[in-house]
Amino acid sequence: MRDALLNVNGIDVYYGDFQALFGVSITIEAGQVVAVIGANGAGKSTLLRSIAGLMHPRRGDITFDGAPSGHAAAFDVVKRGIALVPEGRRLFPSLSVEENLKIGAQSGRPGPWSLARIYQLFPVLAERKHLPATALSGGQQQMAAIGRALMSNPRLLLCDEISLGLAPIIVRDIYAQLPAIVGDGMSLIIVEQDIAQALKAASQVYCLQEGRIALQGPAQSLTRDAISAAYFGV
Amino acid sequence: MSDSAYKVEHATRSSHIGVIIIAVALVVLAAAPFWGDRQMLRLLAELFTFVALASLWNLLAGYAGLVSVGQQAYVGLGAYLLFGMVILGGIHPIAAIFIAGPIAAVVSIPVAALTFRLRGAYFAIGTWVVAEVFRLLASQISVLGGGSGISLPASVIIAMAPSRQAREFELYWLALGLTVLVLAAIVMLLRSRHGLALTAIRDNEVAAQSNGIDVTRVKLIVYVLTAFGTAMIGALIFLMKLRVSPDTAFSVNDWTAFVIFITVIGGIGRIEGPIIGTIIFFFLRQTLADLGSLYLLIMGAVAIVVMLWAPKGLWGLIAERFGWQALPLQRHLVSITKDKP
Amino acid sequence: MTEWLNVILQGVLIGGLYAMFAAGLSLIFGVMRLVNIAHGDLIVLAAYVALTVTDTLGIGPLTSLILVVPAMALIGYAMQRLLLNRTLGDDLLPPLLVTFGLSIIIQNGLLEVFTADSRKLQAGAVEIMTYQVSPGIWIGLLPLIQFIVAVAVIAGLQVLFYRTALGRAFRATSDDQSVAQLMGLDTRHVFAMAMALSLAIIAIAGVFLAVRSNFDPAIGPARLIFGFEAVIIGGLGSMWGTLAGGIILGVSQAIGAQIDPGWQLLAGHIVFLVILAIRPQGLFPKVSG
Repeated sequence: MRDALLNVNGIDVYYGDFQALFGVSITIEAGQVVAVIGANGAGKSTLLRSIAGLMHPRRGDITFDGAPSGHAAAFDVVKRGIALVPEGRRLFPSLSVEENLKIGAQSGRPGPWSLARIYQLFPVLAERKHLPATALSGGQQQMAAIGRALMSNPRLLLCDEISLGLAPIIVRDIYAQLPAIVGDGMSLIIVEQDIAQALKAASQVYCLQEGRIALQGPAQSLTRDAISAAYFGV
Repeated sequence: MSDSAYKVEHATRSSHIGVIIIAVALVVLAAAPFWGDRQMLRLLAELFTFVALASLWNLLAGYAGLVSVGQQAYVGLGAYLLFGMVILGGIHPIAAIFIAGPIAAVVSIPVAALTFRLRGAYFAIGTWVVAEVFRLLASQISVLGGGSGISLPASVIIAMAPSRQAREFELYWLALGLTVLVLAAIVMLLRSRHGLALTAIRDNEVAAQSNGIDVTRVKLIVYVLTAFGTAMIGALIFLMKLRVSPDTAFSVNDWTAFVIFITVIGGIGRIEGPIIGTIIFFFLRQTLADLGSLYLLIMGAVAIVVMLWAPKGLWGLIAERFGWQALPLQRHLVSITKDKP
Repeated sequence: MTEWLNVILQGVLIGGLYAMFAAGLSLIFGVMRLVNIAHGDLIVLAAYVALTVTDTLGIGPLTSLILVVPAMALIGYAMQRLLLNRTLGDDLLPPLLVTFGLSIIIQNGLLEVFTADSRKLQAGAVEIMTYQVSPGIWIGLLPLIQFIVAVAVIAGLQVLFYRTALGRAFRATSDDQSVAQLMGLDTRHVFAMAMALSLAIIAIAGVFLAVRSNFDPAIGPARLIFGFEAVIIGGLGSMWGTLAGGIILGVSQAIGAQIDPGWQLLAGHIVFLVILAIRPQGLFPKVSG
């Protein structure tokens, strides 16, 4: 059996005294698209932040590409090849669109992604490249945030609720670009509240409920009822 | 189901003990003229004034979140008001102390109006600028000695009391009394509704505001009251020194640096902190007396170490570890259940 | 009339020095929301470092900049990395009190090592050369050089902030520390670089201060206040505004001094308070607080 690209093994993650994740384990192979779904507060963002190194598990471990990464600092994790598109976009307001993209390349990882290629993927960004990032619409900001993460040439891209606050047609357009994004063998974890979109895009699904994995399996094999039960915990 | 009501209680077992200890200490201190020598009385009087100044700064910074590095403005203002009233107006020095307070309070209102426009550390430097302005203005007052300052006339000193010893006792009791008054006022403020607002502001200003507390008004009240108290203490300090000058009256080192270090080391945001801090400060001063400016350097280093590794100060460490308080200031709910028939 | 023009001219020129005091202060506030109370004392420290360098090596003060600037930058990096990074966070008290403690430590340390004697650095002929701009109006060469350097420093900062990768890193870290880390930026290092840059500017300002006038360990706080006043008068967030603020302060002080020598400092403070009263956001603000 091939070694997984990312192995999250039974992690417990706390915010101060509050435990947000209980023994969560997920696995992702190279080139795989995995979806993590769950209600608000289930721990989805916490999971991504832990993988990205913004938070560290108190128990359990995370292994990426064979090396332990659970306690690496975030700026180190991105150098190893994990990039996070944070919830709410969080572009830098003091930087222009192009500067936001450029700073994504700060970690200096080599790879196929460059400014030119991002502009090819999202032409609307090229038209607005010198505008402040805040001057973009929601959908355009989401594209810029994805582009910024891609500039670090990650092997694993983490997308935290990219559909949040966007019109369905915009969401569809962005998801339509996913194959172009993961085409080169990049792995992807998408966290979504839009279950339909998540199931369409992913091959493997995990459902979180109050910090625990309530359901997991290949996207096609999960029934609506099973998902509802796991999502809401009834 | 039993009927139960709740009431708010302040005291705890440790505070009962604390109040008793404080009461005993006060009696002993009041009797100091009868068991201590002149040097002891002077040292104690100086200690009391620092406890008062530090407690006032603690109220301002630790409770209201207004970190001022310019309180020397009011120390000096009080001092100059006293000397002005005594020398130019023939007013009795002790009366002058109590007149200086309200005048300083009035002066502090426009000062607050200006400095409150600044936030955080910029507010701090703004208060420093105001103190500098006061200092520069004071050195322009030629009838009070201009830049070199002026001494209290011998006639005034003699008129204060029948003998030198009586005068020293008088000033000692005044220092003790004024400090107790200041501390009592602070305790009363903290136990009042305003005090509850202050504690809320101290813990989380934004949350306090969204709960309907008029944060700016509370801060203004505290700023004015602190100016009031600081000026009175300043007047007393310089009455005891018998001489005033712009550089000594408005000295950042004496009236702000030491006060800040005392409060930080003792414990910001708790009323016991300044008292503990002052005792430590004076102890250190006696021990390190010969070192001159090295002494300030060490104090600064200790303050930094405390701020980084024990930000609640010495009393903060002890109080949290053992849950103590020396004075009944906490608020906890106690349920009173009615007897069942 | 020409007397007043001269006065104003001198005020403008010293305003450049004040703008340099202010630039370092406002750079740090912009990047990490830290106000360094020890800022003025660090300027004085730079002056003493320059004194030591010029005395030991026998070189001129302006030449000594080659050593003083990197030395101070290194001190700034270490100070931020080892001490001040620990104070950053939501609470306002720790950075304020720690930098206040640093201020006291630096002042008294300098006092112990160098005594309270007043010192001055000699730059040689450049100090007394003057040019006649027009009948009755003279500009000293040194004040002119100082002003030009100040403008160059501020222009350089603008270029650095808006056209370099380091400047991008500063702005991004100041916007959002967590996301900056997601970009691969070690924020501890970014903050330390900002402080190193601030101290490099302080080094230049300190050397010019030392050549221009007498200095002793106690004059730090006044320099902090001048820098602070220049920032507030000019407006937060704007480097060119800081230059304007410095000039306005310098001119106010010069006019005050002309009326009565004892009024020099007071005039500056009063102009500051008036601006604070009627236009608290400053004359050319870019961001609010």
